[in-house]
Amino acid sequence: MDEIRTKINEMIAEINETENLDIAFPDSYIEDLAEHYISRDLTDDELRELIIKLKLAYDRAHVEAGEAVGTVAAQSVGEPGTQMTMRTFHYAGVTELNVTLGLPRLIEIVDAREKIKTPTMDIYFTDEYKNDEEFVRTLANKIGKSTINDILKDFNLNYGTMEVEAVLDNKKIAEKRLDREEINAKIEKQFKKATKIDGDDVTISFTKTDSDFVIRELRLLADKFRDLQISGIKNIGRVIIRRDDEWIIHTEGSNLKEVLSMEGIDQVRTTTNNIHEIGQVLGIEAARQSIIDEAQKTLSEQGLSVDVRHIMLVADIMTSEGVVKSIGRHGISGEKSSVLARAAFEETGKHLLHASIRGEVDDLTGIIENIIIGQPIPLGTGSVGVKMDYKNK
Amino acid sequence: MKSEFDIQKHKLVPKHEIMTEEEISNEFSDVDYDFKNLPKIKVTDPVAESIGAKPGDILRITRESQTAGEFITYRIVEV
Repeated sequence: MDEIRTKINEMIAEINETENLDIAFPDSYIEDLAEHYISRDLTDDELRELIIKLKLAYDRAHVEAGEAVGTVAAQSVGEPGTQMTMRTFHYAGVTELNVTLGLPRLIEIVDAREKIKTPTMDIYFTDEYKNDEEFVRTLANKIGKSTINDILKDFNLNYGTMEVEAVLDNKKIAEKRLDREEINAKIEKQFKKATKIDGDDVTISFTKTDSDFVIRELRLLADKFRDLQISGIKNIGRVIIRRDDEWIIHTEGSNLKEVLSMEGIDQVRTTTNNIHEIGQVLGIEAARQSIIDEAQKTLSEQGLSVDVRHIMLVADIMTSEGVVKSIGRHGISGEKSSVLARAAFEETGKHLLHASIRGEVDDLTGIIENIIIGQPIPLGTGSVGVKMDYKNK
Repeated sequence: MKSEFDIQKHKLVPKHEIMTEEEISNEFSDVDYDFKNLPKIKVTDPVAESIGAKPGDILRITRESQTAGEFITYRIVEV
């Protein structure tokens, strides 16, 4: 394959020389050419002709200077958006785990929401552990949130002695791969001297007996005891363990930084669907890629196909300032340099007022400004002007 | 339990390199825009931090592109 690629590159250089062209194909074209050279069993003359024909098609497919790519992208994403359902489906193959899909998710992506409705992570494991069920289950319980309530065998409120009596279930603890000692320590840390642990029996006595609402407060104490978190990473709720070709953990909630620093986690493939979090942990370029991936996934799940170039343009604009910015009033559109363009979008009065207070100047370089004042717009044929050549009078 | 993690190895992160003066003058000598108008990357960006970029540096970013195979782009480091 490498030889053929070099051969094609050499031939392109030769054609450039003899035909006086400037062919510069992207890598994917060279790859495709090489593939077809093999599968179609082309001769060198045929390959030469193919390259020249491809050059013509490539030039035709190029976007002309002055083309309104942003408008085309907006229309190309917007039209399929009207066909999206407002329903939330369940995660394919996994019961229970809900993920925002369809139009609400697409809006979430382009709005660059910091708090998304259903953050979720896909956690992969390194080669060493990816088939090790025991390890995966242990880690899943370290990541996922468990409370005392999940490991109870019996639970009583004793109004006579004013105590919360609980019996822990060793079977459930073993199932969750939790450590009994650690649980005891967590209970003692939370309830201090009120705690009495005797084997599986845990008793929390009620100390504030001088209160007027002792029964209510005893019940509150019981709730507090049952909701005591005994394992899990911040911001992560339930976890779902799934096996395809390897073990994968899906989570409700997301904490990329913490999870990535854990032993045995695949630091290459583990991701989250929270774009802001990716931006913070993996940088702006990763956020850009994530916007593209998430938007494309959302659209294709609904059976819609939008050319990825439109989505790439949106992602480029959203990340061009080094931080993830939304499309719309609080992001791109709200920060245009032209007063008239901003006023034409939303909150007209506010923008005109502020501009007049500060004495802003509009250079009339954009599209909207020029439409407003009735001039030709700098787009397509309007984007070129005529200049006098001063040298040759 | 904690393990070191190389941010550039993550599948979402493309290759970032700091360009030398020479590379910058070669790359931007024949373009009709100022390289200061390039897309930006914060100096606090995790990747920029990990390769030790300083404000004013230009990073060459080699993305794997769905449409072009490989695509090279640039970002200027800013505060």
